[in-house]
Amino acid sequence: MNATALLQVRDLQTHFGPVKAVNGVSFSVGRGEVLGLVGESGSGKSVTGFSVIGLVDPPGTIVGGKIIFDGRDITRSGREEMRSLRGRRIAMIFQDPMMTLNPVLRIDTQLIEAVQAHEDVSRAEARARARDALGMVGIPSPDERLQAYPHQFSGGMRQRVVIAMAMLHRPDFIIADEPTTALDVTIQAQILAEMQKLVAQNHTSLIWITHDLAVVSRLADRIAVMYAGRIVETGPVSDVLTRPLHPYTAGLIDSVPSRNRRGERLRQIPGMAPNVARLPAGCAFAPRCARADARCGEAVPLFTAGMREHRCLHPLPEVRA
Amino acid sequence: MIGATSLVPTAEGSSVDSAEAVPLIELKHISHSFGTPSDIAARLAIALRLAKPAPRLRAIDDVSLSVRKGEVVGLVGESGCGKSTLGRVVAGILPPTSGSVLWRGRDIKTLSPSERREAKLRVQMIFQNPYASINPRRRAVDIVGEAPRVHRLINGDFDAFVDEQFRRAGLDPALKRRFPHQFSGGQRQRIGIARALAVQPEFLVCDEAVAALDVSVQAQILNLFMDLRERLNLTYLFISHDLGVVEHISDRVAIMYLGRIVEEAPAEEIFARANHPYTQALLAEVPRIETTKRSFAAIKGELPSPLAPPSGCHFHPRCPHALPRCRTEAPRLEVVAAGHRSACHLNGVCR
Repeated sequence: MNATALLQVRDLQTHFGPVKAVNGVSFSVGRGEVLGLVGESGSGKSVTGFSVIGLVDPPGTIVGGKIIFDGRDITRSGREEMRSLRGRRIAMIFQDPMMTLNPVLRIDTQLIEAVQAHEDVSRAEARARARDALGMVGIPSPDERLQAYPHQFSGGMRQRVVIAMAMLHRPDFIIADEPTTALDVTIQAQILAEMQKLVAQNHTSLIWITHDLAVVSRLADRIAVMYAGRIVETGPVSDVLTRPLHPYTAGLIDSVPSRNRRGERLRQIPGMAPNVARLPAGCAFAPRCARADARCGEAVPLFTAGMREHRCLHPLPEVRA
Repeated sequence: MIGATSLVPTAEGSSVDSAEAVPLIELKHISHSFGTPSDIAARLAIALRLAKPAPRLRAIDDVSLSVRKGEVVGLVGESGCGKSTLGRVVAGILPPTSGSVLWRGRDIKTLSPSERREAKLRVQMIFQNPYASINPRRRAVDIVGEAPRVHRLINGDFDAFVDEQFRRAGLDPALKRRFPHQFSGGQRQRIGIARALAVQPEFLVCDEAVAALDVSVQAQILNLFMDLRERLNLTYLFISHDLGVVEHISDRVAIMYLGRIVEEAPAEEIFARANHPYTQALLAEVPRIETTKRSFAAIKGELPSPLAPPSGCHFHPRCPHALPRCRTEAPRLEVVAAGHRSACHLNGVCR
């Protein structure tokens, strides 16, 4: 599948001074595939997304690795080149819709501008496209809502506007960074249903960045679990969630309350996430890991078996007690 | 007063035994609305029909709820349903617009000032945001130690007392001279817990206390809450939008929608046999780890504005089973099974 992958990231390293936020990340996303990129705060999952779309702010810099999009190396693309890709072929949706929307401009102004940024169409046509996009994401009476300002929308509706904006040019690739985390459960379910429908219809590839395993389990085809700047495990969602190989993945799954018997102590991962400015040489999870031994202090290679990859010298057995 | 050496809960005390039948906290017909009180000029303008009365937001609408000693009650709802306001009323931070709060069977308003102060100390609150709820300019030791010092709860050595509070919340006392920014999010939440427990409360109101934490940290804090409950015989009102968390730690669950409790039942009962259509919709949409990919099916519509809630049953515009009666008449909470109350007109129809 690597040969036909739309996006290939190889050994990506994005550092913020001494902080190795992304420290050798490799993955690929096929056409129409949904990849769930899972990790806790500080694991580097958002920085990975920002690196791909070329929006890492100084002092952050991509110090190594390659990002290949549709056969083209975009790692060191210039500003103009990235601008022509962003919004047209790759789009990003953020957790806070107000990171995308300008609070003092009407929705129509912003959507029309986004259409005309990449296509030479009349204002009327751009407006029609904007209206259709709003209708597509389930915003009622899109003609009137085009006239509204962002603050006149609820949080869920604002996120829909942003999704409509991302879909304007029917991009091949969308990076979604926790877009439903701040929303209520019923609204989250609506947005997820909408996203699921849209990416399937348009055959869009999607990276869904989240800390929520439950969302990923229903949405994604494959999952990549990040810890301290590295992907520690990758594989098809159902395989990874039912038979995790890396002890960190298993720990994450076991910490979810619904995976524990009601009222009993939750199975917790001991200790705290490491400081990414001072990472140990070997496996970063070793200090918290019950399976670790002296060998874990040295660099851990990538183990591959079929669709599954992991970085652990002592992976969990296939069948867990 | 209880000193640093006697951190044991007073559960065995005789005063508690006699009060066992009486709920620790009882809310009776509590309503709370937000809005600016009109001054004389505004009232005159309204009387002369030159102005409209300022809109008032009914955050809580006639809510009754009781919590027995040692119980964990989960309060669930989406944003804007009034669950945090209700938590603040229980914690005594916010006086309700109407209705009464009973502490051990006695109305707070009828207590003497010293009794009221005592009752307030017994109820402490833990907040959602561990970054905003502790003062960034004070050292951890002062954040935790200030309230017990002011209330003269420390008999022995101040430092020994604070160390004990730190250990109880799972923090290393060696870190107590640090400032909040030198702690991680999970550790900061532990400081908030140590601060609340330092005045020896019996009742903790946890307002989304684990919502801002990562899954693995959340598990650690939930375990801490459960350990503390056992060791200190604490009672909790656990406010959360996360049904998975609530199911795990609650004995009883109350579901709120736009200012009203729509259903209340023992936790096992509500997760097995949800009665109210809103509860059923919420339960259907709780993201759980699934092993097969499946599509999301959402209930329609958004939360209506609490400034202009729908008539009758607040849920009727989104309800798949709404009857004509639901538009006009608000259903009352009625018993549908032992310990299980639900506010839905359908229950009357089916019977």
